[in-house]
Amino acid sequence: MTPFTILRSPVLPVLEDRVDTDVIFPARFLLLMQRGEMGRYFFADQRFASDGTVIAEHPVNDPRYAGAKILVTGADFGCGSSREQAVWAMTSFGIRCVIAESLGEIFAANCLRNGVLAITQPRKVIGALAELGEPVEVDLEAQEIRAGTVIYPFAIPPAHRERLLNGWDDIDLILANEGDHLATFEARQRLLQPWLYGAHHD
Amino acid sequence: MSGRTLYDKLWDSHIIRDFGDGTALLYVDRHLLQETSTHQSFVALRESGRAARRPETHLAVPDHAVPTVTRGGTISDPLAAAQISALQKNSADFGLSYIDLEDERQGIVHVIGPEQGFTLPGITLACGDSHTSTHGAFGALAFGIGATDCATVIAAQCLVQQKSKSLEVRLDGTPQKWVGAKDFALALIGQHGVGFAAGHAIEYRGNAVEQMSMAARMTLCNMSIEGGARVGMIAGDEVTFEYLRGRPYAPQGEYFDEAVAYWRTLASDADAVFDKSVTLDVGSLAPYVTWGTSPQDALPVFDRIPHPDDAPNEGEARRWHRALDYMGIHAGQALEDISIDRVFIGSCTNGRIEDLRLAAEVAAGRRVAANVSAIVVPGSTSVKRQAEAEGLDRIFIEAGFEWRHSGCSMCVAMNSDRLEPGQRCASTSNRNFEGRQGRNGRTHLMSPAMAAAAAIHGHLVDVREVVA
Repeated sequence: MTPFTILRSPVLPVLEDRVDTDVIFPARFLLLMQRGEMGRYFFADQRFASDGTVIAEHPVNDPRYAGAKILVTGADFGCGSSREQAVWAMTSFGIRCVIAESLGEIFAANCLRNGVLAITQPRKVIGALAELGEPVEVDLEAQEIRAGTVIYPFAIPPAHRERLLNGWDDIDLILANEGDHLATFEARQRLLQPWLYGAHHD
Repeated sequence: MSGRTLYDKLWDSHIIRDFGDGTALLYVDRHLLQETSTHQSFVALRESGRAARRPETHLAVPDHAVPTVTRGGTISDPLAAAQISALQKNSADFGLSYIDLEDERQGIVHVIGPEQGFTLPGITLACGDSHTSTHGAFGALAFGIGATDCATVIAAQCLVQQKSKSLEVRLDGTPQKWVGAKDFALALIGQHGVGFAAGHAIEYRGNAVEQMSMAARMTLCNMSIEGGARVGMIAGDEVTFEYLRGRPYAPQGEYFDEAVAYWRTLASDADAVFDKSVTLDVGSLAPYVTWGTSPQDALPVFDRIPHPDDAPNEGEARRWHRALDYMGIHAGQALEDISIDRVFIGSCTNGRIEDLRLAAEVAAGRRVAANVSAIVVPGSTSVKRQAEAEGLDRIFIEAGFEWRHSGCSMCVAMNSDRLEPGQRCASTSNRNFEGRQGRNGRTHLMSPAMAAAAAIHGHLVDVREVVA
């Protein structure tokens, strides 16, 4: 996975609350099986009319925000279904960082798994970032957002920070560091709950 | 030191390693797979050359993309057919059990897991679907995950998880006839908001919960995610254990008794302290319906649509305006004056035999309104067979409902079961988001009995008046 260190980019403001994963990536596109083709359906039903016409007013289509890698949004972003396709649509569109007032829990976990930095900020900071009109710098090492002359600190669990900084993948980490613990756990559980280990029939 | 909650006990008993920062590496006992959320998991596993650590702990079944009009033969949508055959091949390549579309055990993951006794008290269960909270009804720690996590569970049988805070939701009282678990869930979310349980693991308790069937408990736990919680649980009791006795994947004979003895120890201790507590008196509750595009836009059916001027804050007022516009309704309108075009009875929330019996009781001897098209989609093939054995299919068909094959159908609208733009649906599913049931489709969430009543009258209506 690509490490996340410092990201400097214009921001894409989608200043709405409760943008759910059905809006980020409508369910009918879940039939697609290639991640790379999902970006064109990011916010599909809000960006395009039913006949395919581009809705120019939608921020995702707004040329002022073209090339933005930082999404700035409201409360509960990514609530709803667990579809990781919502994150893949977002990354395949080019977004690497989400700054929201709050985040859907499964969506936030899926971001971490895909090297996307997803963090929260108070509503007034969200507003300030959206209105800044110039690129913003997100520094994961320093845990700060640099916007013009203002610096906003952000919180992130140390383990998440380390994973993102190094671009680590879960399976590698677990099997490299936790293999013995895992085997010990299984040996103990097999004694206590044998029915979970195939011994469920007489 | 105070006692431990059910959640504490489930969490503690699955810790492989505690990282000391609120996160732990948690063992995953069981994993359900469906076609739409797992293909990329297998792509990643193949790329890294990983195998399944314990193939016997997984169960795969197609449900999301499957057609419900016909069963057997070729699937007409090539993308759906490809996704389903990919699940079959992926399962075979990695040695995981796979239930075929035409198998009698097929159905929605959250219906068949319990039916097969794959879901058990005391376990951790993960699935690439947010409504995995359903399985918490058995006193399991069950949660939805994304595709990358599905791959991790297959290869390493564990996940790094953040421990949630605990939330007690107490339901007390005796509900009126025709008021049940779906109304409880909508009332809770309607009264406390979609974020009320965010960051928390819910435990539902109270005398109303103790009286509920397993199906009703599953409905309640299912919609925990709509309240913002990833996990919703009910401690196992006699109702739970009797439900599981003799099911194919459940422990048998002496192992069952041994398991029950263990499961009994998992209930929250009498002196356990929850981080937060919410109560609901279900005795005074009316049937609930949603009017807007968030599950929290829920009101008793006799109510009127609220005015954005009365919204609690500016953001919510803006959202209400947008919701009214999207839904094609106006502030002050009586909910019962809202006409509908479609009815959907089914889903992992309300597709079980108990749900279909209630809907059939309303439909019996009545006719679906002339302008309404209504479908009943059993949550599993077993539910379908049971309903047919009880004659429910005849009742629905004679009343003018279509009787379908099992699948997620119009809850997720990935197959041809979807709303046309502007159409309005009385739906027993779990989400009324914009576009959820089809682009520009309008969804009103309610119980199966309420949806059947709406089908007959052609508009939202209090089921208690229909069958009085």
